[in-house]
Formats: sequence, C-alpha cells, structure tokens
Amino acid sequence: MRIHAPIEISAPPEAVWEWVSDPTRALHFFSGVTRWEVCSDEPTGLGSRYRMLLRVGSAEVGGIVEVIEFSPNRDMAWTSVTGLDQRGRWRLRPRPGGRTHVELRLSYGVAGAGLFGWIAEQVGAPTVRGHLQRTVRQLKRQVEQEQTRRRAAARRAARAA
Amino acid sequence: MSEAGIAERASSNGHAREESGGPGFASRVLGGLARQVQGRIPTADLDERDPDYIRDTLPRLWLLSSLYFRGEVRGLGNIPEQGGVLLVGNHSGGNLTPDTTVFTLAFSAYFGVERAFYQLAHNLVLSMPGLGLLRKYGTVAASPQNARKALESDAALLVYPGGDHEVHRPSWQRHRVDFDGRKGFIRLALEHDVPIVPVVSVGGQETALFLSQGKGLASALGLDRAFRLKVLPISIALPWGLNVGDMLGHIPLPAKITIEALPPIHLREEFGEQPDLDEVYDHVMRLMQETLDGLASERRFPVLG
Repeated sequence: MRIHAPIEISAPPEAVWEWVSDPTRALHFFSGVTRWEVCSDEPTGLGSRYRMLLRVGSAEVGGIVEVIEFSPNRDMAWTSVTGLDQRGRWRLRPRPGGRTHVELRLSYGVAGAGLFGWIAEQVGAPTVRGHLQRTVRQLKRQVEQEQTRRRAAARRAARAA
Repeated sequence: MSEAGIAERASSNGHAREESGGPGFASRVLGGLARQVQGRIPTADLDERDPDYIRDTLPRLWLLSSLYFRGEVRGLGNIPEQGGVLLVGNHSGGNLTPDTTVFTLAFSAYFGVERAFYQLAHNLVLSMPGLGLLRKYGTVAASPQNARKALESDAALLVYPGGDHEVHRPSWQRHRVDFDGRKGFIRLALEHDVPIVPVVSVGGQETALFLSQGKGLASALGLDRAFRLKVLPISIALPWGLNVGDMLGHIPLPAKITIEALPPIHLREEFGEQPDLDEVYDHVMRLMQETLDGLASERRFPVLG
C-alpha cells in the first residue's frame, strides 16, 4: 500500500527541512506516532536509525527504520530494518514566493503475509492516510508559526535599533 | 490458554503428571484417556517459536484484534525494553482467550518479533486439534522447566496464575482478579530476579455467558487427577448453546478487549532481600484489581464496551 500526503507551506525549503530532519521534533507534528527514538550514534543524516511506532487499530506498528537518502532541503527517505516493511520519504520542492511543496510518502506492507496481509493493508489504509494528512497539516502550522515568530522578532529588533 | 501455578506443579517436560486416579472403572478409563492425550503433546521446546511465522501472521491477528475485538492495549512502554521479565496477567474468555491474542499482537508489534516472548499454557490447550500452531507463537506447556528456560534466555514470559480456575469464572465475576491464592509466579520471579509486570485485561469474560466453573463436577469425574483439570466449566456459548467443558472451544462474542500493562515491580528493591510471598501477592492483587476496576468503569455496555 502506498499513501502520500501533499501540502504547500508558506516557508522556504530550508525552514521546512529544519523540522523534518530533526528527530527531536518528530513527535511535535507526526500524527499517530507514539515513539520516535534515535537508535544510532548520529541523530540525523544518512545511516541514522530511529525506532518509530504508529498507532493503527489495536496495535502500535513500525520498527527500526534507517535513513537511506539525505539530501538537505530536498529529500529524506528511509526504509525499515525491523518490523513492518515500509519505505518513507519527505520530498521538498521550492515554489515561487518563498513557498515549498511538501510531500510525505509512505509505502508499507508485510511481505509473505498473503491475502490477510493485503486485506490488513486495505483496512488500515484510511487510518494511515488520516495520520499522514494530519501530519503535513501540523507540520505546516508549526513551520509557518515559526516563520511568523522569526519575522516578528526581526521587526522588534529593527525597531529597537 | 491458561495456567501458571508453575512452581508447585510437577512435570518432566511440560507434560502433566501421569496418574490414573482411583481403582474404579471410570478412573481407569479417564487415566487411559489422559495418557493418550499426554502422548499427543510433543515435548515443549522453546525453539519452536518461529519469528518469521509470527511476522507473516501478524496481519491476520491485527484484523482479528482490531476489527472483531476492537482491542486496545495501553502501557506497553512500562515493560522493560531488555532482559527477562515476568508478565503476570488475569485471564478471561474460556479456553479460547481473546486477551492473549490481543496482547500477543500488541507485544510483537511493539517490541518486534525478534524479541523472544513466551506464554505458558495448559497442556490440554496445546494438545487440541489445530492449536499446535500456538507453539510457533511461543506458547509452551506450563511447567517449571519451561518457565526457567524462558527466563534464563532473557525472554519475556507471560503467565496466568489464575489458570483454568480464573478463565472459567462466572460472567458476573468478570471484573474480579482471581488467582486462587497461587503464588508460584512470585517464587519464579525471585528465583530469576526478574521484574513482574502486571497485565490487566477486561472484556474477555463477556465473550460468552459463563455460568459455573463446575469444580464439583470435575472432582466427581476425577478430571483433576487425570488431566490436571480442576474445573468442568458450564457456559452458554456459540455455536453450542449449552457448552459443558469448552473442550472444543466456542465462537467468542465480539467483546471489546482492553488491556493495560502496569509499571514493573522489582521485588527485592521494593520488598527487601527476602520478600514475604503473602505481602507481594496482596500487593500485586491490589494493583491489578484497582486497575481492573478502572478499566471496568470505562465500559458502558457488556460486549460493546
């Protein structure tokens, strides 16, 4: 099952990247995520590992994931090492006017689970889709609010000067 | 799924004691039957747990747990991330115990199938036709040897001290934790110096209308001596209607199952180097009963939850 959630954020890619690449902020905007722990020496970057769990139905599913692509301000992709098979990606693309098109993609499943695996993917899809859509909306609010705070701080500093 | 009055139970490899009972004809018949049943139970081996099989079948467990039982498991973060741990649960739902299914799914999804997780079950459960696959999930016959092996390998071990006594209690006692005074789990935790994590569940006893444990009947028929069965439960359950013994299982009603894992109890840290068994038992029972009372208060309707 592959699910994606796109959104436009009124902030440059650098501002969005600060949020999506920082594991300490994941729980601030990732909907449904009950755990996002750093499992590697390096907290961020290529090869960093996280234990992430997402509540879907009666279980918290997920496992350890590893970052396999890390292009600052553009792409961060991860794949599962243990637990549910999954691949995820943050895809950031600049838009005119200092805006960013953001897309969160997630493919998941259990290889070898057969028909029941397929049914479970379909049944769980609305919940996962809801989590992803809420995640990008919460990310947008967080990033844009931070942008507003920064601009306000800059104006205060200018007035003080 | 039941039984963990382990410490005082005897068996050489997970098999029940072979006692033929008294000299009467019925006892001899039962004794012969018991030997037949026991002969069908392969030697319990922890190596039979198969993480790949568990992983492949998690989706169907998830469907059953999420859609049918609307399972909800809280407090998994209370379970220590590593090392041996004794999970002590209250037990409900007759011979087909939905709380075990819901918890097994939640545990395996949360910690990953790579973490060894075993459950002790009554010998008869493992000998039932079609239930041999439980061994792949880590279900092993309740015996001191299996419990020791599991904890010595730093696994998580789930036991139900109430066993067949608790699992068949009448439905009107569904919100009562009843271990029947069995304290073997405390001795086990002390012997291996592992923490106890109480696991409290509600809803399982609403999957059928359980009427009686049938202890008198079981005693009169000599089932205790032959099969280690202290009960011959009587219930009203699908598809049988009146269901005596629950030996063939039943179709459980889709009761909502809620489970909560409590913070770990480190016995020697909390009760000294030589903890008093009665004190620990009362402490665990109080914690579990208080939690069960809280979970029960959240339920508005039977079955629906």
